[in-house]
Amino acid sequence: MKLNKITLLLCAVIGMATSNLALATQTVQKQNKTPSIKQLKQELQQLKKNYQDKITELEDRLTDIEDNNDETQGNIDQLAIDVSQQGNQKADNTFNPGIGVVLNGRYVNYKNNFKFALPGFFLGDESGPGKQGLQLGESELNLSSNIDDKFYGSATLSFGDGEANVEEAFIQTINLGHGFNIKAGRFFSDIGYLTNKHVHTDDFANRPLPYVAFLGGQYGDDGIQSTWLAPTKLYWESGAEIYRGDSFPAAGAANSGVGVWTAFTHVGGDIGVSSSWRAGLSYMHADVNGRQSPAGDLFTGTSKLTIADFIYKWSPQGNRADQEIKLQGEYLFRNEQGVFSAANNANLTDASLDRNQDGWYIQGVYRFARQWRVGVRTSRLHSDNLPNQFDNSFLDGFNHSPTQNSVMLDWSNSEFSRIRLQADKNNLNGQHDNVFTLQYIAAFGAHGAHSF
Amino acid sequence: MKVLNKITLACSALLITSTVNIASANINVFACEPEWQALAEELGGDKVTTFSATTGMQDPHQVQARPSLISKMRNADLLVCSGADLEVGWLPVLLRRASNPKIAVNKPGYFFAANHVKLLGIPKVIDRSQGDVHAAGNPHIQTSPKNIALVAKALVKRMKTIDPTNASYYQKQTDNFLQRWKVSLRKWKNQIRPFKGARFIVQHASWDYLMDFGKFKQVATIEEKPGIPPTTGHLSDLVKQFKADPADIIIHAAYQDERASKWLSKRTGIPSVTLPFTVGGDDKAKDLFSLYNNTFNLITNTLTKDK
Repeated sequence: MKLNKITLLLCAVIGMATSNLALATQTVQKQNKTPSIKQLKQELQQLKKNYQDKITELEDRLTDIEDNNDETQGNIDQLAIDVSQQGNQKADNTFNPGIGVVLNGRYVNYKNNFKFALPGFFLGDESGPGKQGLQLGESELNLSSNIDDKFYGSATLSFGDGEANVEEAFIQTINLGHGFNIKAGRFFSDIGYLTNKHVHTDDFANRPLPYVAFLGGQYGDDGIQSTWLAPTKLYWESGAEIYRGDSFPAAGAANSGVGVWTAFTHVGGDIGVSSSWRAGLSYMHADVNGRQSPAGDLFTGTSKLTIADFIYKWSPQGNRADQEIKLQGEYLFRNEQGVFSAANNANLTDASLDRNQDGWYIQGVYRFARQWRVGVRTSRLHSDNLPNQFDNSFLDGFNHSPTQNSVMLDWSNSEFSRIRLQADKNNLNGQHDNVFTLQYIAAFGAHGAHSF
Repeated sequence: MKVLNKITLACSALLITSTVNIASANINVFACEPEWQALAEELGGDKVTTFSATTGMQDPHQVQARPSLISKMRNADLLVCSGADLEVGWLPVLLRRASNPKIAVNKPGYFFAANHVKLLGIPKVIDRSQGDVHAAGNPHIQTSPKNIALVAKALVKRMKTIDPTNASYYQKQTDNFLQRWKVSLRKWKNQIRPFKGARFIVQHASWDYLMDFGKFKQVATIEEKPGIPPTTGHLSDLVKQFKADPADIIIHAAYQDERASKWLSKRTGIPSVTLPFTVGGDDKAKDLFSLYNNTFNLITNTLTKDK
């Protein structure tokens, strides 16, 4: 085919050339007097132009033929695909959900074989950086899919330390319109910035101190959430949640199983093409019905938490691939009121408690090459003083304000695997301790979401 | 309860104002990449307002579902993206967060360009040990100008469905665009015909459609596996291979780190050139026409110098 086309083109060009040449010779002969140089030049110019026009025309014809061929070929290909798919029996697994698995493991080394404790803070079950030595971190299995035209569903099971947990299992509306979204089931709250993030997406191997102290790392429970996204140019989303109230900082599913409510609002946007930001304000009201410490101390009352959060990201021309700076900070303030009973002190029974505690962290992470990131973080906690009757009790902070400074370096071979080295300098109870963590995080299966 | 009432009131007030705004607006286009923003502008003229989630200097794989994108998507009437899993990391999150029924799956406002062209580079082995492979095929369809015409024909149908009162306007705009495009296509084809079979080294496997359009030959990729930076071992293998038998040109997209390409170019003497890849990828690529004008000029100039 191609050879034919080329031959055609060549013949045409040669044909034209000969005929034109003949014509030119005739013209010259007819004039038989010596023509002026100017005349000859003009004729030569004309000749050149004629050739060029003819060549362009032939090229265009060639392009047309090629295009037609391509189109025909395309149609044939399509036909072949259509035919091959006819009568295909779709197997049961056609509608398989997205399946994603996250693997996470770590080696933790405490310099002084210390026990994680935050004096003065009533902690949840899963606080602390984990055991000394090698261990499986939180590894999880996620299944998610659109259920139908109205609902999306997601279930995340987490494995670690010999037990499996339903971390999240919820349905969520899609396409409700007017910016509304409703979610029901078990899920992580949208208060603050880190709360609804799965820990494997964190920039550090452990949660900052205020999250550990006030939310047990993160707050998730059985509940319902409604959010509304304003039709404004600036991103502005607000929402409210109610929860059963079984998880820390709540306990005992107070009020017949509606023990917690929250409200939050977030705004955000871009600054030019290079930067984007988000800021938020959240409030959580938890009715606590018999929260128990590991030693058996009991608290019943209300726990009110306010969070202000801020995150800012910068990358050159907004291209995150090779360079990015991420600054993030949150301030958490908690007030707890109620009655406290100490396990080992009969004098401290049903003592009335009204206490303010607060904490904050600020962190910066810099991706300086496609695969490498470095980060620093500092966390602080503070409690106000309690009446003398609480001295030496579980709630006594001994006037210490716990601090933690962390640095981390991580390397990601691809988007799906990461190895991290982190060092924490802790001063939690008046004694310094250094903790080193070596961690891997890997994800396979369904493509993870690039959340902001 | 009082607070709740107030919030509801405030919400309804805002809702009413927003509905009024939307009713008077044209088609509000949310494009994932600048080439589709440019195309929507060509076809929609002054009846559309457009926004692109990425610029020509950003890696479209790496985008995050950032707040501004959620807001933009909430108010969009038409979503125009490449598809074929290019946006798999961020588009599904955005769609869920935006909760916008106009651009829900399979609604007229849900448009993926890759569904309207023949995809190349469908991997034989779908395994992440081969890098960040796109199972559906190569999603970077805008590297061939021929695909733009195919997408335009499909896109105008959606515009006419979404905004029927202006249907004839969109058709007229499109006919006009396609006419001009045909002329340009001829020009580009004639311009690159002499370089048929030229041997290309590419940084990332994103130029399959350009290779097909120009009948060029891709002889190597600098990223051995897509999405994973080149290893020194692979780079030195390339140096060995192409010192003995040089390729004609090394290309990379404007948003990519050029160091590996430049390094290889220095070691092998093969000229390297930065191509805009999409609208806004360099100063000259201001719209679809100038994008390809500049792309083919850069290629042919480099290949001519080479000879």
